[in-house]
Amino acid sequence: MAFRRILIANRGEIAVRIIRTCRALGIETVLAVSSADRDGEPARQADRVVCIGPARSADSYLNAAAMVHAAVATRADAIHPGYGFLSERPVLPQLCATAGIVFIGPTADQILAIGDKLRARAEAESANVPVVPGGAANSHAEARILARKIAAPLLVKAVGGGGGRGLKRVERLEDLPELLDLAAAEAGAAFGDTRIYLEQYIDHGRHVEVQVLGDGEGRLIQLGERDCSVQRRYQKLIEETPAPGLPAALRNSLQQAAVRFAERLAYRGAGTVEFIVDAQREAFYFLEMNARIQVEHPVTEAVTGIDLIAEQIAIADGSGLRLRQSEVRTLGCAIECRVNAEDYRNEFKPSPGRVRDVSWPSGCGIRVDSHVVPGTSIPPFYDSLMGKIIASGPDRACALARLRGAIAATRISGVKSNLGFHGAALDDPEFQAGGVDTGFVDRLYARRPDLCDRPEAGASHG
Amino acid sequence: MTLTAADVAEIMRLVEQSKFDEINLEIDGVKLTLRRTGAAGGFARHVTTQPGPLEDAAATAASRSDAEIAHTASPSVVSGPVNANTRDIPCPMLGTFYRSPKPGAPPFVEIGSVVDEDSVIAIIEVMKLMNTVRAGVKGVITEILPLDETLVEFGEVLMRARVDA
Repeated sequence: MAFRRILIANRGEIAVRIIRTCRALGIETVLAVSSADRDGEPARQADRVVCIGPARSADSYLNAAAMVHAAVATRADAIHPGYGFLSERPVLPQLCATAGIVFIGPTADQILAIGDKLRARAEAESANVPVVPGGAANSHAEARILARKIAAPLLVKAVGGGGGRGLKRVERLEDLPELLDLAAAEAGAAFGDTRIYLEQYIDHGRHVEVQVLGDGEGRLIQLGERDCSVQRRYQKLIEETPAPGLPAALRNSLQQAAVRFAERLAYRGAGTVEFIVDAQREAFYFLEMNARIQVEHPVTEAVTGIDLIAEQIAIADGSGLRLRQSEVRTLGCAIECRVNAEDYRNEFKPSPGRVRDVSWPSGCGIRVDSHVVPGTSIPPFYDSLMGKIIASGPDRACALARLRGAIAATRISGVKSNLGFHGAALDDPEFQAGGVDTGFVDRLYARRPDLCDRPEAGASHG
Repeated sequence: MTLTAADVAEIMRLVEQSKFDEINLEIDGVKLTLRRTGAAGGFARHVTTQPGPLEDAAATAASRSDAEIAHTASPSVVSGPVNANTRDIPCPMLGTFYRSPKPGAPPFVEIGSVVDEDSVIAIIEVMKLMNTVRAGVKGVITEILPLDETLVEFGEVLMRARVDA
């Protein structure tokens, strides 16, 4: 059944992104907004706007009942959840099912299986996908025994979710009890689940993830990997595909492992399997799976020519997987910079406010996904993403040169942005050489004290 | 885009309930001017529609419905001027608006009903969950804006009440 109308349960650049594909497919859009987003650019572009609640996300973008009610009342056929907010909460597909609305995404059971990080680890092991040495820590005693076995440095992680919340690095085992309690408290506050587990800390790890699409009947394809190692405090800043300098055999094993994992779940929709790659040992380990479209999906679209939102919609409307693995071909390289309203000179502090003027770049191989136009308000209630600048080209050097030009040509006034950070990162010889690990941002700040208003604070990132 | 008589009636209703005295609207060559006259409020049958340079089907349709508009202009909701003594009662959540506790039962309030802060004035249903809406003000209901059993959004004005100065 082709959808006539889709309700978008999200905001910002991803709302604009989904509207763009819906327009191309001739699907009408209903945008659910909070009162803070009523006058934004996504609201202007949608065919219809419904205000579902106040600015606070808990009462608006996280209100599944209001979303589904709005979908029914506006006669939408389906809900697209975007990323973040309700995208990985089983309650949304569950409510959709009771109301006869199609949820554009995986099943509630798949979200639950993936959302429980320990269960996901177990599924990975069953699918013969390597996991980082570690396991459950249900008590201090159990944690102590396990920690001794895997040895410091190690990570304490939340079972209930990712994104850096509830995550602590343990350098010395004597600090373990204190950090266990801290992580459990953080995890409880963030995910309502205080369970934690331990994992060995992989030094010089690279964050590489594989994009998959599944039809929900067990057929899976992969659309290549993305290297997201340029992160600060587990927040990705620059992503690219293919992962630079990855040996072909390792790349292939990684892609096959992602497919095996998703196949085991008979995964439905677009998803991403994340790995930590130990480049020195040529080894990789499963980290987690994300059951949604991701912020960095455009780099994959740039090299495959496949519209991932359109494929999500096709899978949801029953058209199934429209591509065979052999039909997925990649061409060239793509790199993306996330442009955030944050002060990169001052601990990346969020800088909400009103954008006075903005001028996004254009040109050969340049794509901009953004909802920010002159006068756009960046409210303090939500994340600070203003847009993404994606450059692609026949090879990495060309994509990088285009991206450097694009970043230099971008002008944003009224709020602080991290454009200066991106300029410095892309100019850095280590990034230009390719294949940096997750320690790159710290090293960049150590090399470039001029990037920080207080150089002594800059060295202690991470 | 075609502007039907029902659209025009709806626009008139919105203007009447707004703080504005005049609206000039131009859609696809159709010019619509609505003007509120006098302090008594309400439209003084002062509706003019003029086909613009683009004489298309919509324009013709709109002009033809002129007479009809004049007849339907009398609002179903009696409304006084919006003044300092009038308070908006906003919708606390998105959902379906119900004026009565159950089908067939009399509405919680009518125009002219005297309410205080705790008076229940409506039910908002969200996914089968019924939420009562209280007036939040002490006064007399002067306007009821949404139609019964329709979608109401967060922040939308449900009713207006005249409060004692």
